[in-house]
Amino acid sequence: MHLVDFTVTSNKKIARDVFEMQLCIVHCALPMDLRPGQFVNLTVDGHYLRRPISVCDWDGQTLTLIYKVVGQGTARLAQYAPGERINALTGLGNGYTLVPAKRPLLIGGGVGVPPLFYLAKELAKAGQRPIALLGFKCADESFFEDEFKAVCETVIMTEDGSAGGEGFVTQVMPGLEYDAMYTCGPEPMLKAVYDQAKDLPPGHAQFSFERRMGCGFGACMVCSCKTVTGYKRICKEGPILTREEIVWK
Amino acid sequence: MRNENAECRNIADLSVTLSGVELQNPVIPASGCFGYGQEFREFYDIDMLGSFSFKGTTLEPRFGNELPRVAECGAGMLNSVGLQNPGIHAVIAEELPRLKEHFHQPLIANISGFSLEEYVACCEMISRCGQVGIIELNISCPNVHGGGAAFGVCPETAAQVTAACKKVSAKPLYVKLSPNVTSIAEIARACEAAGADGLSLINTLLGLRIDLKTRRPVLANKMGGLSGPSVFPVALRMVWQVYQAVKIPIIGMGGVSSARDVIEMMLAGASAVQVGAANLVNPYACKEIIEGLPAVMAEMGISSLRGIVGQGHSL
Repeated sequence: MHLVDFTVTSNKKIARDVFEMQLCIVHCALPMDLRPGQFVNLTVDGHYLRRPISVCDWDGQTLTLIYKVVGQGTARLAQYAPGERINALTGLGNGYTLVPAKRPLLIGGGVGVPPLFYLAKELAKAGQRPIALLGFKCADESFFEDEFKAVCETVIMTEDGSAGGEGFVTQVMPGLEYDAMYTCGPEPMLKAVYDQAKDLPPGHAQFSFERRMGCGFGACMVCSCKTVTGYKRICKEGPILTREEIVWK
Repeated sequence: MRNENAECRNIADLSVTLSGVELQNPVIPASGCFGYGQEFREFYDIDMLGSFSFKGTTLEPRFGNELPRVAECGAGMLNSVGLQNPGIHAVIAEELPRLKEHFHQPLIANISGFSLEEYVACCEMISRCGQVGIIELNISCPNVHGGGAAFGVCPETAAQVTAACKKVSAKPLYVKLSPNVTSIAEIARACEAAGADGLSLINTLLGLRIDLKTRRPVLANKMGGLSGPSVFPVALRMVWQVYQAVKIPIIGMGGVSSARDVIEMMLAGASAVQVGAANLVNPYACKEIIEGLPAVMAEMGISSLRGIVGQGHSL
């Protein structure tokens, strides 16, 4: 975990209500490491609490974040211009654990897609052949198709069929061969994926959860959840839970 | 600037005393915003703190309230965690030994409960722990029903739980007061009369936010406790009033976010100061406050912090 000052290098709309922000390190006391599935917690001008955003990409210098405008904080975030400073707590959460596999399946839904991009790159770098299965409401809300296609095989689904196949990602799952599974997206999607991913070895099906957070580093206990192995903090022991740990409400 | 700070530190006396317990400085992370200390060790050496008040602990482990438990407010936040904690046995068996290696200052043990018996049992157990310097009786949590705040909103019950816990506590007993009352001075006097060694105030202010999209309260528990800079003037006013009402020491808290806020709290009558929500938005908050105090003291011509307690009241 580090408290880091960044400069915004770009901040542009890439889909309906969805923005891509690129940030460059200004100052960090120690070398900063970020793993796929981790998040950063941003100070947003005029707002008391930080805003947790998942890491979409990180190359040791430039941090890419993709976020959806859902309220006043993210609306203000969308107004940041290149050159402006932003403070972030980085390296938060456990992140995905990269497990040995040949053909990992990455399933993303909507604004749950971004963390899978960094993951796909890291898995490909490790010699695995990931396949990305990305679901969006419609073409207007879809993003990063070309970026994913440059890294791995990619299947796009939209609820109305306006881009890629028509329907939900879970409709495509039965026809795919995979030996590990990583997912992030709305909870109903996670549950549907969970129901289909039962034949994988322990630890090979990993789910990223989203919760309203306070601090983002495990101090305030506002994002707690019940798991098979006890109470966990989504910001600290999460946001990634394995299939074996999950207790659905 | 850095050199100036170092120079100031040599001459500035930051130490304070709470009921005979010596603290190297008056800055104390508040209960519920600092866990049992471990999370902050990743950011700085927590042994530099005056003390810290650990997460409100009950007899049995508690999950707390349903989610969402947090809502943002202008210059602050609402929480409705509802006393999630591992229970006093796990705190004594696991958290305190783990903390022992890294924290050598007297600890403040924040104790909560749902019955008189529970408060007494917890106080008795925690009182025997050598690391604990002060017991802080939380009779003011706004986020649980039937316990916590129920004791703190009426002078008679506040006195009753204070007297019962005082009997079994070998350590100074501080009672943490609720601001959600008509007269905090009246409750403070009742606690003092019942044997409290000191008072901590204020706990969070009961508040509410409604989500305009769903038209329903943001928090699952509907209401929650407001903290952050927005409550600072209210907290300061209550510390001021209680200082005039009692003779026992006060730990002041509520929205404190800077070295200047600490001085202001002490001028109002606080012998030491707790920092809550600020830790959540800036994990270095307490470190920065402690390091910032000597410069503010130098600017104000203060050589010893303990000398300014309640100075705001003198003519």
